[in-house]
Amino acid sequence: MAFTFPKPIELIPQGTKIPFVSFFKFFFTLSIALNVLTVILLATMGLNFGIDFRGGTVMEIRTEQPADIAALRTKLGGLGLGDPQIQGFGTPNDVLIRLAEQPGGEKAQQDAVAKVREALGTSVEIRRTEVVGGTVSAELLEKAVWALVLTAAGIFIYVWFRFEWQFALGAVIALVHDVLLTVGVFSAFQLDFDLTVVAALLTILGYSINDTVVIYDRIRENLRKFKKMPLEQLLDLSVNETLSRTIMTVGTTFLALLALYLFGGEVIRGFTFAMLFGVIVGTYSSVFIAAPFLVLVGIKRDWSGVTVAPSNKRGRADKAASTTPTES
Amino acid sequence: MLHFNIWKVLVILGISFAAVLLSLPNFFSPSQLEGLPRWMQTRMPLGLDLQGGSHLLLQMNVDELRREWLESINGEVRQTLRTERIGYTGLSNTREEVRVVIRQPEQMDQAFTKLKTLARPTTNSMFGNTVNEVDVTRGENNVITLKPTPQAITDRITSAIGAAIEVVRRRIDFTGTTEPTIQRQGRDRILVQVPGFNDPTKLKEVIGKTAKLTFQMVDQSMTPEEAQRGNLPPGSALYPSKEEEQRSYLLEKRVIVSGDELESASPGFDQRSSEPVVNFRFKSAGAQRFAKATQENVGRPFAIVLDGHVISAPVIREPILTGSGQISGNFGVEEANTLSVLLRSGALPASLQVIEERSVGPSLGADSIAAGGLASVIAFLAVTVFMILGYGLFGAFAIVALIVNVALIMAVLSLMQATLSLPGIAGIALTMGVAVDANVLIYERMREEARSGKAAVLAIEAGFSRAYATIIDSHLTGLLGGAILFWLGVGPIRGFAVTLCIGTIASLFTAITLTRLIVATWFHRVRPAEVPL
Repeated sequence: MAFTFPKPIELIPQGTKIPFVSFFKFFFTLSIALNVLTVILLATMGLNFGIDFRGGTVMEIRTEQPADIAALRTKLGGLGLGDPQIQGFGTPNDVLIRLAEQPGGEKAQQDAVAKVREALGTSVEIRRTEVVGGTVSAELLEKAVWALVLTAAGIFIYVWFRFEWQFALGAVIALVHDVLLTVGVFSAFQLDFDLTVVAALLTILGYSINDTVVIYDRIRENLRKFKKMPLEQLLDLSVNETLSRTIMTVGTTFLALLALYLFGGEVIRGFTFAMLFGVIVGTYSSVFIAAPFLVLVGIKRDWSGVTVAPSNKRGRADKAASTTPTES
Repeated sequence: MLHFNIWKVLVILGISFAAVLLSLPNFFSPSQLEGLPRWMQTRMPLGLDLQGGSHLLLQMNVDELRREWLESINGEVRQTLRTERIGYTGLSNTREEVRVVIRQPEQMDQAFTKLKTLARPTTNSMFGNTVNEVDVTRGENNVITLKPTPQAITDRITSAIGAAIEVVRRRIDFTGTTEPTIQRQGRDRILVQVPGFNDPTKLKEVIGKTAKLTFQMVDQSMTPEEAQRGNLPPGSALYPSKEEEQRSYLLEKRVIVSGDELESASPGFDQRSSEPVVNFRFKSAGAQRFAKATQENVGRPFAIVLDGHVISAPVIREPILTGSGQISGNFGVEEANTLSVLLRSGALPASLQVIEERSVGPSLGADSIAAGGLASVIAFLAVTVFMILGYGLFGAFAIVALIVNVALIMAVLSLMQATLSLPGIAGIALTMGVAVDANVLIYERMREEARSGKAAVLAIEAGFSRAYATIIDSHLTGLLGGAILFWLGVGPIRGFAVTLCIGTIASLFTAITLTRLIVATWFHRVRPAEVPL
């Protein structure tokens, strides 16, 4: 073979020992402060709900000439449909028009859209129309909250079965942390919060738990291996051992998301933004919150009753994968 | 771990090869695929957000359905009591029931027995016992109430939605639209998806009308103005005109013939005035009733009523025996066209309301495909560079596995004919980032094992087997999230959940079997002394 692959670069040098657990007071305080800030933001500024959750109309239009937003504002403002929100969107020719939910039920929404279409005339290309009535938006909001709660609950139960309740609690605290901070950013900058953002939050949950479980797996393995090692030291060891993997995976995921954010178009920008932010926060919380949390609550040290991690004998891997701790 | 028997190798290679082959048609346009066997033309159907189209969620007006049922029970009660010569007062409908007060207490038993026949016993399909659709109960003060049971109402809604779907389908077909998807959603909703329909105004116009057509006699016993002021004659009611809301007609409630009896309806022009009209013909039973009514009422006006509004009220000049006629009512050409479509497709059991609309123009869809495709390619390249920098040759192995992974997602979507949406494309791109995680876990493990002084073969084997439990754990939690996302999903987001779930399962296959096979093959050929990680 003429071509030889470059020697792999080791992002994390062998034997790296970052004392993660000793930082935990600082990072716990930081995270609690940020979470409190989020709650304050939510209470004062709230979320800028998109039409999915608030009802109303969104129309994306493209004009032949660069759009005259002021003129559009006057034109559509005079239709008696409340105060339409009009903003540029991507290129100078693209404009996004938003109408609040019209009073007078579902029929009124449809009439409003018809009026706007008529006012815009035929020289404008209507690229997208979304109308969500009050019934549907209320249902979607309820469903979104349920989906988040159910996912968190499902993860709690899964981690509880596979590990112990302390792990499950740590994992869920980290998840709530990730979701809250992401929501906080949407509140702070008043970004459009719609159904795709909730989809992103759910994906963040999946990503963050993935990260946490990998570290937890290593902690459990080390608990069996080093029965006498102080817990703090053991946690540090586990996080450091998995650090290279954490960086590689967050790296590939972040790159893929960045490509989507930059090139994937306006339609999914809110979604990819939430994901980009969430992946970073999710990684942070796995390393700095979920793992050190175990020091706070303390965990069982005698894991001898539990099947040892699979060795290189065939078949044992499957057995180990389906074994759950027998005592707690 | 590094030994594979020949069957396993064949299965792994077979699946990978099939996945790549089945995903290939998606990279070509349909015209380029023409002439190839059918299975080579199977592509992922594009969602409305990619090809452009309209998504309308319609809700049936259930109250209207219930109200009409109560009205018909009301009519039956009046009919029954009249035939039996039982005096009654206060026959009225509330939101949920019909109440009637029997005048003579001694007639209560007889009235109750007779009204019980209106209970409409039906056989319960699940348990086989007989249940009544209407609860008939007698209360204090000679009151008898008739109340449809909740189960019966649910059944009515179910069958009404079924009927409405048929009507909507016929109406959309008449507009010449291709391949609409029309399906029930929940208890009382219909989801209509029409590809390529950017402006759903026309669509909504066609769906939004109930189109209940009736022919009723005009009640000439008093003028509409008198009726408005004083008491309405029993059995008659005021109907507004279609043209001007102020004007109304006093009509007999009894329906001579209804739109159900129509055999055909088509737009045309009046021979004398040449204004647009709708020509219609009744089926034979309807034609007979219409003939009889017109014979008996020559010289009197009758009204043509559409959805409670009077279109016109011509005077019957001569009996209409042929069963055909025309409706004129100051129509425009377009209006006459639409009305005949509505009449041909039949009436909706109750009105439908658009509660959600999402439509995307074809040009935005095309932009989205281009953007999603570009983002995916860049994501793939970035991940490739990153993995090769991080793991060298083994990184390249992971990329081969990744290609098969993406091919598997596309192949499965093509085979399932699951729709690809823009979030679906995002799901594929995201999968590229996440799917290599399994490989990363394995390689990191190999590195550690090699550092602890193990020989290459042992380090590689341990890398695979020890990472296994972690991979299962992390993939299962990922699937859990995907499943709930699917449940939450509306349209495009479902597409995201589907690609994410398939990608997760595919990455189990590619990481655990395919990567292992590649590494094993490489190992047996090269026999390296140490792991190149």
